[in-house]
Amino acid sequence: MSSITGGLADTKQTAASPIRSSLWRQAFRRLRKNKLAMAGLAFIVFMFLVCFFGPLFSPYANNKINPAIMNQAPSFKHWLGTDLLGRDVLTRLLQAGRISLTVGIASMIISVIIGSILGAVAAYYRGIVDQIIMRIADLLLTIPSLPILFILGALLSEWKVPVEYRMYIVMLMLSFVGWPGLARLVRSQMLTIREREYMQAAIVLGLNDRRKLFNHMIPNIVPLLIVISTLSIGGAILSESVLSFFGLGVMPPTPTWGNMIDAANNLIDFEQHPWLWIPPGVAIFTTVIAINIFGDGLRDVLDPKQKK
Amino acid sequence: MKNNVIEIDHLSTYFYTEEGAVKAVNDVSLRIREGETVCIVGESGCGKSVTAMSIMGLVEEPSGKVVDGRIHFEGRDLLRIDKHELRQIRGNDIAMIFQEPMSSLNPVLTIGMQVMEPLMEHQKLSKKEARKRAIELVELVGISRPEQIVDSYPHELSGGMLQRIMIAIAISCNPKLLIADEPTTALDVTIQAQILDMLRQIKEESNTSILLITHDLGVVAEIADYVIVMYSGKIVEEGDVVELFEHPLHPYTQGLLRSKPIIGQRQDELYSIPGQVPNPLELKESCYFYDRCEHCMSICRTQQPVLHSRAGRQKVACWLYEEGVSHG
Repeated sequence: MSSITGGLADTKQTAASPIRSSLWRQAFRRLRKNKLAMAGLAFIVFMFLVCFFGPLFSPYANNKINPAIMNQAPSFKHWLGTDLLGRDVLTRLLQAGRISLTVGIASMIISVIIGSILGAVAAYYRGIVDQIIMRIADLLLTIPSLPILFILGALLSEWKVPVEYRMYIVMLMLSFVGWPGLARLVRSQMLTIREREYMQAAIVLGLNDRRKLFNHMIPNIVPLLIVISTLSIGGAILSESVLSFFGLGVMPPTPTWGNMIDAANNLIDFEQHPWLWIPPGVAIFTTVIAINIFGDGLRDVLDPKQKK
Repeated sequence: MKNNVIEIDHLSTYFYTEEGAVKAVNDVSLRIREGETVCIVGESGCGKSVTAMSIMGLVEEPSGKVVDGRIHFEGRDLLRIDKHELRQIRGNDIAMIFQEPMSSLNPVLTIGMQVMEPLMEHQKLSKKEARKRAIELVELVGISRPEQIVDSYPHELSGGMLQRIMIAIAISCNPKLLIADEPTTALDVTIQAQILDMLRQIKEESNTSILLITHDLGVVAEIADYVIVMYSGKIVEEGDVVELFEHPLHPYTQGLLRSKPIIGQRQDELYSIPGQVPNPLELKESCYFYDRCEHCMSICRTQQPVLHSRAGRQKVACWLYEEGVSHG
């Protein structure tokens, strides 16, 4: 069939230099121009490095209780002072950051996986499957997430779940309230993709459902997924802090930013020992802001349709 | 006499709207022989694409439904086999090319991936073999540098190239029947000719039957062996391409052929068939063409003509050619 090699194939030769994932490269180039988003990213990276590697260099990483140095103000020895059990606040802050960031990311990953699979399945099969999945999602969405989390947290305490496992259960709890919103978003996107002509073409090619769903439909929403998952990390960190603050999330002695603030949950500590609650508060605030700014930047780059 | 690859009997596909059922395809029967190119021609909305969709099982319930008929393909009725079996036929034994190559390829997957998928699905090739075959196929449809093209994305190629890719995908599993739904409509004329040539070569080299759907009589003249003219969901005339072009019997076919511009001959006004396509919701027991027909008789308004054989393979559904009907 070589006789039909028309001129058209040749004219396109230079234009169609096949760069693998050129779209991604373009997106990164645009992202690099967004200074605010890059600052956010830099801060997130900084936070990660400090939280995960910082405690390795701290002489106080063993969390030993030392009544001799209770509630000391910041000094050269203890940069952010010590808490009411004589532990170094800076070290605990960084160790807490590990937990908070891990919980945030892990619960995001779980909820994105559940949400996108259920949303995609609902949109793809429609009918009864769609009804069941989306009604469950609606039900969860009608109840504000905090009360659900409180109830679940209270149940955990009631069932005497060992402290070491609480962190993992908190992750699951956060994903449990996180997936319905995600599933809705994914479903609505999938519904439009489902009607595209290339999906008809995929049907005509006789591809099986798994291939159609995971090879053809999901890749089309990857940019959207990246954006919402980034933004939902911030939300998850906040929810975890709220839960831990109320003593329903991760329990001391495992430090998280939330339960560190809770430790200063009385007037005397609040007034007299501000180094107990200001550092974790600032850590939550700055980290979540940085994640949100970065997420917004990502959205501008990856999902141009959603621009205001 | 060659075997029939596919036999469609009394196919009816309706779409249900709030105002009532639209008979998009109304009692259509057709046969395609081995290595034959059959063209369905007609205006927009005459049901030619829906016929193709019905064959491929693309009519989606509950808005549309194939209400009646049989589609025989290799001893099976495509309308009555289960999903799994249908999936094995689609893309493997029957392949389809769409009108818009730009939107028929998934924008986020590489060309190679999209050519490879049916090969892995139907021919059970490994990823490596499929890639090798994909490169061969892309080369076969006349695209140079296939090794690089398979790694590029649809937006990096032109419409003509994409339609070649679509053809490469369609012929990848050596289908017995290739359905092409207006494959050249979205392309410019020079590329149209290349695509048609390619279809003709596929037909000659691998004896593939082709069902081509078009509204372009030029394309029909170019490639068809057998022509089916549809109007308002019904076949009004069919026959071998030469017979039909030389002696069109149905007034609608005559009108279609007259409204074709002739190159080199400038007319003040191109002929167009007067009137409008009837509203598909208001079809009555009559010839659907009667109010636009210059030979309209009283019987045309009250009774539907049936498709009857004339000379050769030609068939026509028109009271003008029925015996015992008072003309005038």
